[in-house]
Amino acid sequence: MAKQKLKQHHINRDWCKGCGICVHFCPKKVLELDEEDKAVAARPEDCIACKLCELRCPDLAIEIETERSE
Amino acid sequence: MAIRDFLRERFFPHMWCPGCGHGIVLNNMLRAIQTLGMSKNEIAMVSGIGCSSRISGYVDFHTLHTIHGRALAFATGLKMSMPELNVIVPMGDGDALSIGGNHFIHACRRNIAMTALVMNNRIYGMTGGQFSPLSGYGTLATTAPYTNIDHGFDVVDLAISAGATFVARTTTYHAKQMADIIREAIIHDGFSVVEIMTQCPTYFGRKNKLGDASNMMEWMKDITTPVGSKAKEENPDLIERGIFVQKELPEYCSEYNKVIERAMKGRS
Repeated sequence: MAKQKLKQHHINRDWCKGCGICVHFCPKKVLELDEEDKAVAARPEDCIACKLCELRCPDLAIEIETERSE
Repeated sequence: MAIRDFLRERFFPHMWCPGCGHGIVLNNMLRAIQTLGMSKNEIAMVSGIGCSSRISGYVDFHTLHTIHGRALAFATGLKMSMPELNVIVPMGDGDALSIGGNHFIHACRRNIAMTALVMNNRIYGMTGGQFSPLSGYGTLATTAPYTNIDHGFDVVDLAISAGATFVARTTTYHAKQMADIIREAIIHDGFSVVEIMTQCPTYFGRKNKLGDASNMMEWMKDITTPVGSKAKEENPDLIERGIFVQKELPEYCSEYNKVIERAMKGRS
């Protein structure tokens, strides 16, 4: 089966309220809150595209765009 | 179809507090609906009053925002007149089991095909953190500053005894399980109840010193266990999550059609 690979984090800064759930539960510590308390992908190269942040975001502000890799 | 297509984006960002679990319920309910491939016109969402009930305003289905505790009564009327609709009734714990307690048990008993989502944050959030019938013994609330002495309902036990034919429990931590269970609940032909344990960091969390939203989700992970697990035998205080009841019984709308046929004695 082809594995999902990260293409890009789409984080809607207008919708994000900075609760930090995505940061807390990211298994690879990819996300951080910036100085405005908005989620940002600080280490996108570590992302395994598990999409746990997308599923648990209460603000529906995160979308993980993926591409297939062999 | 992406889940954003199911949203009324003009109302976003939503009005829930940062970290509120209701947003996670909205998120994964839409994912469940997405996997079912339903069109927006096939779904009606009927809600009552409370933070949880505001969910109906954010979805681009047929929506009814009705009165406190009476969402199931409105939904019953809607379903009887338009049985082809998939009716989803999101309710808070107070809305469903205090103000709407009687409607809840009788809807369970009738087995009318609809999905009741009880978003249980154990507090009345919208009105300032009063204790609800699900707060539980020994918890703190604005109206219970010296601890609550009322024992809480068990939504699952109550729904099973009242006769619901699909009964499940999940939490906002278990987002994938939540989407799977809501999907099963929607396709079930009968009355389905899904209790979703969710966090109110603003009132329940702060009053009971449970930390922020993430800490509360960790806490829900720690106090729950899959239904029928060994851990429950060792620690009876754990709360089981999963599907408890899934059975077939005659559905109310189809039975009512038979009554009409009998009364008409073959006349049209």
